[in-house]
Amino acid sequence: MIDRRLLTNIDWMLVGLVIVICLLGILNIYSATTPYKVVGSPYYIKQFYWMLFGIFIALLMCSVDYHILEDLSYWLYGLLVVLLLAVLVVGRRSMGATRWLHLGFFNIQPSELMKIVIIITFARYFNNFQVVGGLTVRDVLFPLGILAVPALLIMKQPDLGTAILVILIACSIVVYVGLRWSTVVTFVLVTIPVAWLGWAKLLRPYQKNRILDFLNPERSRLGSGYHIIQSKIAVGSGGVFGKGFIKGTQSQLRFLPEQHTDFAFSVFAEEWGFVGCLVLIVLYMSLVLWGLNIARRCNDRFGGLLAMGVTAMLFWHIVINMGMVIGMFPVVGVPLPFFSYGGTSMITSMVGIGILQNISMRRFMF
Amino acid sequence: MKDQRFIRENMEAKRRILLLSFVVGVIFAVLVLRLWHLQILNVDDYRSMSENNRLRFVPEAASRGAIMDRNGTVLVSNRPSFSLAVVPQEVKDRDGLLNQLVALLGLDRAELAERWEKGKGRARYYPVVLASNISRDQVEIVEENRLRLPGVEIEMKPVREYSGGILAAHLLGYIGEVSEDELSSKGYEEYNPGDYIGKNGIERSWEKDLHGNDGGRQLEVDARGRVLRTISESYPTVGNSVVLTIDANLQKQAERAFGDQAGAAVAMDVNSGEVLAFVSNPGFDPALFSGKLPADKWKEYLEDKRHPLENKALTGQYPPGSTFKIITALSGLEDGKIDEHTSVVCNGSYDLGTSTFNCWNRHGHGATSLKKALRESCDVYFYQLGEHLGVDAIAATARKFMLGAPLGIGLLHEKGGLIPTAEWKQKRFGKRWFHGETLPVAIGQGYVLMTPIQLASMIATVANEGSVYRPHLVKRIVDSDGKLLKEFKPELLGTTGISADKFRLVKQGLFAVVNEPGGTGAMARLYDVHVAGKTGSSQVVKLRDSKLSTPWQFRDHALFVAFAPYEKPEIAVAVVVEHGEHGGSAAAPIAGRILRAWFDGKKPKKEAPRPKDEEEQADEQGVQQPASASPRNGGGGDD
Repeated sequence: MIDRRLLTNIDWMLVGLVIVICLLGILNIYSATTPYKVVGSPYYIKQFYWMLFGIFIALLMCSVDYHILEDLSYWLYGLLVVLLLAVLVVGRRSMGATRWLHLGFFNIQPSELMKIVIIITFARYFNNFQVVGGLTVRDVLFPLGILAVPALLIMKQPDLGTAILVILIACSIVVYVGLRWSTVVTFVLVTIPVAWLGWAKLLRPYQKNRILDFLNPERSRLGSGYHIIQSKIAVGSGGVFGKGFIKGTQSQLRFLPEQHTDFAFSVFAEEWGFVGCLVLIVLYMSLVLWGLNIARRCNDRFGGLLAMGVTAMLFWHIVINMGMVIGMFPVVGVPLPFFSYGGTSMITSMVGIGILQNISMRRFMF
Repeated sequence: MKDQRFIRENMEAKRRILLLSFVVGVIFAVLVLRLWHLQILNVDDYRSMSENNRLRFVPEAASRGAIMDRNGTVLVSNRPSFSLAVVPQEVKDRDGLLNQLVALLGLDRAELAERWEKGKGRARYYPVVLASNISRDQVEIVEENRLRLPGVEIEMKPVREYSGGILAAHLLGYIGEVSEDELSSKGYEEYNPGDYIGKNGIERSWEKDLHGNDGGRQLEVDARGRVLRTISESYPTVGNSVVLTIDANLQKQAERAFGDQAGAAVAMDVNSGEVLAFVSNPGFDPALFSGKLPADKWKEYLEDKRHPLENKALTGQYPPGSTFKIITALSGLEDGKIDEHTSVVCNGSYDLGTSTFNCWNRHGHGATSLKKALRESCDVYFYQLGEHLGVDAIAATARKFMLGAPLGIGLLHEKGGLIPTAEWKQKRFGKRWFHGETLPVAIGQGYVLMTPIQLASMIATVANEGSVYRPHLVKRIVDSDGKLLKEFKPELLGTTGISADKFRLVKQGLFAVVNEPGGTGAMARLYDVHVAGKTGSSQVVKLRDSKLSTPWQFRDHALFVAFAPYEKPEIAVAVVVEHGEHGGSAAAPIAGRILRAWFDGKKPKKEAPRPKDEEEQADEQGVQQPASASPRNGGGGDD
């Protein structure tokens, strides 16, 4: 399926950045999980397997021309909405918040896949949409509906972090397509009462607590406020050069919450200091800018929108996760792509990379 | 044109990407600035916080409330459990310390060493538990030798203590660590991972009252994780106590009466619905579930054919067998199909169409009145009555007794049994109801299912002549000082609307079952109190001829429902013995013993009753009159 011409066009910059970040992540997971009592294979080994599996998925994703996604987009969207509904039904039956759908041989988290599918759906929608002088309020009503269905379903699970991400990704694409100023103003005016309603009706008490804790960390020293404080202490005490590999006291004494997953960056910042963080941030920034570059170089609108959406997905994950670790955002369960431990995040991110690679490789075909 | 436009749009998009790239750069720069702020400008503050001013929160679980019986006997409480822990990093001479511990406390050296090694992978300066559940004497020895044992700590936590051992295990339930599913579900927002919560039974249903409010200490620990001082402390508040309606002594006697037979029994106050005994046999040890259940014990429970983990009184649904004839009889009286003089001739079988329905007594009962039909559990009488009534009339009477749906006893997963109707069958199987199917229903077979709770409620309603009380298990909630917080009054769910004289006709029959010659329930007879009851046995599989050689799991279930005293009823009992074969021989003696225990418990303790004589007497009678009330339904509805 991949002809030679495509192989010569492999985007090595993209591949290189991702693999370097993955390897740093595995190194960091090794340190972060040292104090854990682990049964079975250690986390860093598992993460290595996840990386290999992710690369395999990415290869699969770029083996077919991405234009096939355009044809599939609405089908994928419909399927995902059905799956999200299924999760809610099954979840209700087991009296808990279930995000997973057990398919016997394989477990999937539809909310995670929705991040990718919303990109494809929006790209398809705006590809066939004539925009003159920016989108009007009426132009965005339909896409808003497309977004609202899955976003509300995910919020209902409840998985606030993922819902926010899906919304941010969709909004990024809309902004990229271009908005009129009047549209922006209208939305700001509408969002405020809606947000107030959402706060009063939709959010679960623990979600409210997290937001309140963020606004005032002293509010609860046991809950997430405590986590923010501990994370800031970890990052701050790292200093310029850090405390050294496996020498971070905050992580090794297990003051940090979820230190191999959502707070992995906290461990890294403590042990490698400002210098290490700078390196990692430059790597991530390069990845995002490179993604935008792929969108810019792409000569067809669908590809550009797709690349833009995937890049936005990576960008928001990175910014929200890092912002949370250094106390700029409330604690929402958002992993750092390629860096936090976990197969789900790895696969979603790698699917995105596969799409980017796909677009980048085929840029000369048009 | 279109291409032109595309190019223009594309150019615009490209300009926008440059702008977005700039925005991305700025946002990342903000992140870097924030890191600069934390890691370079304020590094000293944070470093000193991380080195000297470490906060560690040690949660302190609230002591769970107690569970008591109606007389205040404590069934479940807490006791402190001590464990010996060590902080490995503070020990220089490991072998020396281990030798000392072995010499002082007589612990197994290999086990200590093994736990030490296992615990090493944990965080530094984190105490490793070497021996849990050590005795108070051992605690004292450690305290006396503190100075010679650096790094050794004694940890204390409350654990659940079940004073009665396995007594009422299914009812009380057990506690366990809160699961992830529970944490994310409604009503558990206040809980944290690692908390212990009620998983089952009363512990689960009354979790909110029993749990109390957890507290904890905010500790300052040094760079090596050692505790420096307590910064703040919030004290846990003890949970409230639940006072059950159960009588512990009655419960104990009831469980004992089952021996090693599988089954369930529910005893109830007929005038309030208070459950006095709630038995599911065999039981299990709830204390084992609070910690880690030993694998062999778990296996034993799972492989036991009698299913000890199942709460049979709550979730067991059994065909009520001949005990259901009470409902059929009342239905007939209510519809005017029969009165006390109606007589049916039983030849040992009954023909309907091409099917033959056998009476359990193949020789036939001859001319049979209602009283005789109940006393000797004549099937033919009720086949004929059932045929006249039709299934829906019987179901209507059953519904007056609130059968066919959970009664709301207040435990999770209560089952509702099943009262079939023609409409139900149409919905469930898409087939119409056949007349031949009504006959088994009339004698409590076929589709009819009831739980032991429902059986007890049914006979209690007969005893009090029409009132259905909600069976309940909790009398009141008191706080740890014994102050009354909530009291639960009897709740009348409804009345049957059937007149007292009709109930009395049936009750006369039930009196005869136990107290007249030929009655099937003679083994429940007491020497000083008049008992009324009804035997039943329900088919597990359809067998034309059941002999003793039938494998245990295919034998019929034995049932008995009873109330006493006949003249002024106060207690109702329902007993199900799984695969006990005959209600009269397997279930009735157990009901008799439960009633015996109840009336003995009420007596002033001056003279000890002579239960042994009483039992012997009952046994003799049992031999004289082989009590058997097993309806052999030779035909069955689908023949």
